[in-house]
Amino acid sequence: MSRIELEHIDKYYGDNHVLRDINLTIEDGEFMTLLGPSGCGKTTTLRVISGLEAPQEGIMKMDDHVVINANEEFYEEPSKRGLNLVFQSYALWPHMTVFENVAFGLRIKKFSRKEIEEKVMTALKTMRIEEYRGRYPNELSGGQQQRVAIARAIATNPKLLLLDEPLSNLDARLRIDMRAELKRMHQETGTTIIYVTHDQVEAMTMSTRIALFKEGEIAQIATPLEIYTNPVDLVAADFIGNPRINFIDATAIYENDTLKVKSDLGNYEFGKDTMKEGEEWPVGTEFACVLGVRPENVDIVEQDPGVPFTVECSIYASQPAGSETIVALTAGKAEFLAIQKSIADYAINQKVWVVLNPEKMNVFNKDSGRLIKLAALKTSNK
Amino acid sequence: MSKQKKEGPRRKPLTKVRLKNYVLNVLGNPFNVIVFFSLIMLFCLIVIPVLTMLQTTFVVAKAELRSIPGAQLGDYTLFYWKYLLASPLTKSILWQPFLHSLIIGFFVTVIAIPLGAVLAWLMIRSDIPGKKLLSLLIIVPYMIPSWCKALSWLAVFRNATSGSKGLLTGLGIPIPDWMAYGPFAIIAVMVMHYYAFSYIMVSGSLRSINSELEEMGEIQGANKVQILRKITFPLVLPAILSAAIMTISKSIGSYGVAANLGNRISYYVLATRMKEFINDSPKGVGYAMSLLMILLACGTIFANQKMVGVRKSYATIGGKGTRSNLIKIGKAKYGLLVFIAGFLVIAMVMPTFVLVMESFQIYTGGGYGLSNLSLYAWIGSLDKAPLEAYAYNGIFKNSEFIRALLNTIKLSIIASILTAFSGQFLGYISTRGRGKWYGTLVEQLVFIPYLMPAVAFAAIYFAMFSQKRLGGLIPSLYGTFALILLVSVVKHFPFASRSGTANMLQISTELEEAAEIAGASFWRRIGKIVIPLAKNGFVSGFMLVFISIAKELDLIAILMTPRNYTLSYLAFEYSKSLMPQCADAIAIVMLLFILLCYRIANRFGADISKSWG
Repeated sequence: MSRIELEHIDKYYGDNHVLRDINLTIEDGEFMTLLGPSGCGKTTTLRVISGLEAPQEGIMKMDDHVVINANEEFYEEPSKRGLNLVFQSYALWPHMTVFENVAFGLRIKKFSRKEIEEKVMTALKTMRIEEYRGRYPNELSGGQQQRVAIARAIATNPKLLLLDEPLSNLDARLRIDMRAELKRMHQETGTTIIYVTHDQVEAMTMSTRIALFKEGEIAQIATPLEIYTNPVDLVAADFIGNPRINFIDATAIYENDTLKVKSDLGNYEFGKDTMKEGEEWPVGTEFACVLGVRPENVDIVEQDPGVPFTVECSIYASQPAGSETIVALTAGKAEFLAIQKSIADYAINQKVWVVLNPEKMNVFNKDSGRLIKLAALKTSNK
Repeated sequence: MSKQKKEGPRRKPLTKVRLKNYVLNVLGNPFNVIVFFSLIMLFCLIVIPVLTMLQTTFVVAKAELRSIPGAQLGDYTLFYWKYLLASPLTKSILWQPFLHSLIIGFFVTVIAIPLGAVLAWLMIRSDIPGKKLLSLLIIVPYMIPSWCKALSWLAVFRNATSGSKGLLTGLGIPIPDWMAYGPFAIIAVMVMHYYAFSYIMVSGSLRSINSELEEMGEIQGANKVQILRKITFPLVLPAILSAAIMTISKSIGSYGVAANLGNRISYYVLATRMKEFINDSPKGVGYAMSLLMILLACGTIFANQKMVGVRKSYATIGGKGTRSNLIKIGKAKYGLLVFIAGFLVIAMVMPTFVLVMESFQIYTGGGYGLSNLSLYAWIGSLDKAPLEAYAYNGIFKNSEFIRALLNTIKLSIIASILTAFSGQFLGYISTRGRGKWYGTLVEQLVFIPYLMPAVAFAAIYFAMFSQKRLGGLIPSLYGTFALILLVSVVKHFPFASRSGTANMLQISTELEEAAEIAGASFWRRIGKIVIPLAKNGFVSGFMLVFISIAKELDLIAILMTPRNYTLSYLAFEYSKSLMPQCADAIAIVMLLFILLCYRIANRFGADISKSWG
């Protein structure tokens, strides 16, 4: 129903440059997540799209219809953009009942009484809160308020639904329930959704694509799996994934179309086909690099298995957590984490061996911080 | 990729389309239009009058044509400033009143601040019994207008100098003039009023201190006195300093008390001296004096911000909402209880009792025997007067009183409705414009009347509106209800807009944005979202302004003409006559009226501590 294009959006607050040349295309029906730490510009981007903020530069189109043209000081009013917004604080009007909250926008659009009743009840049923129609917001729990906020946003059948950290005020269990609820709602309504969050798990589990923000710029736009497997730089890699990715300092040399890496976690050679196109690295001279190893790609064995890519290490600490065990290890100067999908317990300083999978490793150029060697999206032999 | 953090947006060439859209954006938003008109209004009501008065002090007025040889009407002159600052009279018209003002300000502050602070500590942090009742009673004297207190003082201490006897003189105790009138009396009455600043501010500050801070001191081995000195006192010091500055500034600028208790023996302070000049002449000298008073008040307030501003932000509020543990003061509590009771009797019970009783007396100071009591001051008429010296009917048979009562009600209602509405609007503009130039400008403009003592502020309006200006475009408003209304509204802008701002801050902008996205126009957002949510805050703000205007004397004294007398001013006039009983009766009516208003205001959640002296 709606395709959104942002072209060269720049936004300043006084001298503070908060959005830097944002280019983003969101296809019809997508669930696009703007992800990043707080203060990186993702909420500002959302507010620019909604029309609550006017950028100083750039063009925004919805279905090829121009809604922002900063060069001509043209800013379409929010209500004419056919979108709706769910605020982080929900922004439910405390002096109106649930029904009145949801009906407000419909009344302004001058629907008949009967239509309003129908549309409100459909929205309330979608969010499964029809029994609370007569209550005031302060008589509802946080999760119920959240559902009202979403019902209010979808009641007008917006072409585009904007969600600003909608789950951040909920407790951990409700958050998981609401994630499922939102995903189902997205599939049922088919609405294009732009979702702002700083929680990478939310981004990973719900989006069709993620736009990763960093200091007012978009660092990477990709599917959740791509962004997890091949984060564009060290910052992105560090931000995505819990527990965090392991960074192992290493040195590398690129000769004969092969990247040779030496580290405390072993020595590896990567062929040209795994190198990322369009990135730069020194050729023929040694340079500092960083190995990126996801904790789940580290297998711990208690006896030397005698296979390649095995490194002897010692246990630093072990944290059994029921379904999985997080283990901290040291090898030489390198410290890193491993996740074991089983209940295991190790003694401190116990000697163990880890088996690594070079295919799933990332290599970053330490100077630029950028990814130079891609990890395979799918495992080939394991 | 090292980019500079600070960089402004690119300047773009002005094209026709850009300009058209820009103008449409600005004009299409009613908010901008409202901001524009508010700024113009504030400018006309605050900035222009100040500049006009400043200009008036440099221009020859009609009354001084003869005193300044060769001068033409409207000529530029330094006559008034020379008269005030460098003439043989300077000592008696400027330095002496100035000294008197400073002495009063100093002693009031030195006595009232510790008094209020100690009361606050006892009420908040100690385990003194009967707190609930006491803390209510302690605040009652503050609700009583200061000029009512001055009348009570007179009822007790009046002596032959003002004609009728007071309670003590009547009992045969000779009261010297220095005790009945002048600095001693003024300081005493002001202390009984302004201790409330320090009480309110210090108790607010004490309430926000987490008792864990004190308990930590106890664990470290400090005794109670050490805790008080080393932990509690430094933490409330900013509040105490703030209260001190407020008290100095208020007591220096105050007119009603000083006029009631000082004028009879020709003891003048800046405010009373200034009013003499403005009501007689040369008026220019009075204006110059009021400018000096404004500078003095600004100076103290800026000193406050300099001294306190930085230290104000102690993060004293603890994370956990634990109940603070009270400090046990043991046996001392009975002594202190007697002290508080004594204070309440002196500050409230006795003066009010004497005031009420005096309104029933035939001879003031003649004792409370039945033969000396009558209802004359309330409902008597002159033909049946028990004394020939009586000049008026009892107040309920006195058309002057009825008119003053109606004037007061009319003024309070209209002015407080206007003020409260403007306050909410100004608050709306300054909260929604936070960090933007117009929000800051509105906040600063609105703050200006706060810097000025009421009597000086009235002088500004007197200067502005006592003659036609701009060829009759601004008519002369002197002697009209409109002028008194205008000055009451504008003087209360800072207070009303502060309560409006606090009110608007509670309505998150997101509530409005949600409506904006739903397609609600600006006026619809105001009508459906802002007003319904602002209602309670509006009512409580309204009530507090209402009370403040109803009891106002300083602000309107200069502008008064008999037709516009309010209760405050009528009481002030009557108290100068030989028949103080009527003034007493008016004061009692006033008291009852105000207490009733506070009751009503309380129902809407109004906080007395947020009202003004």
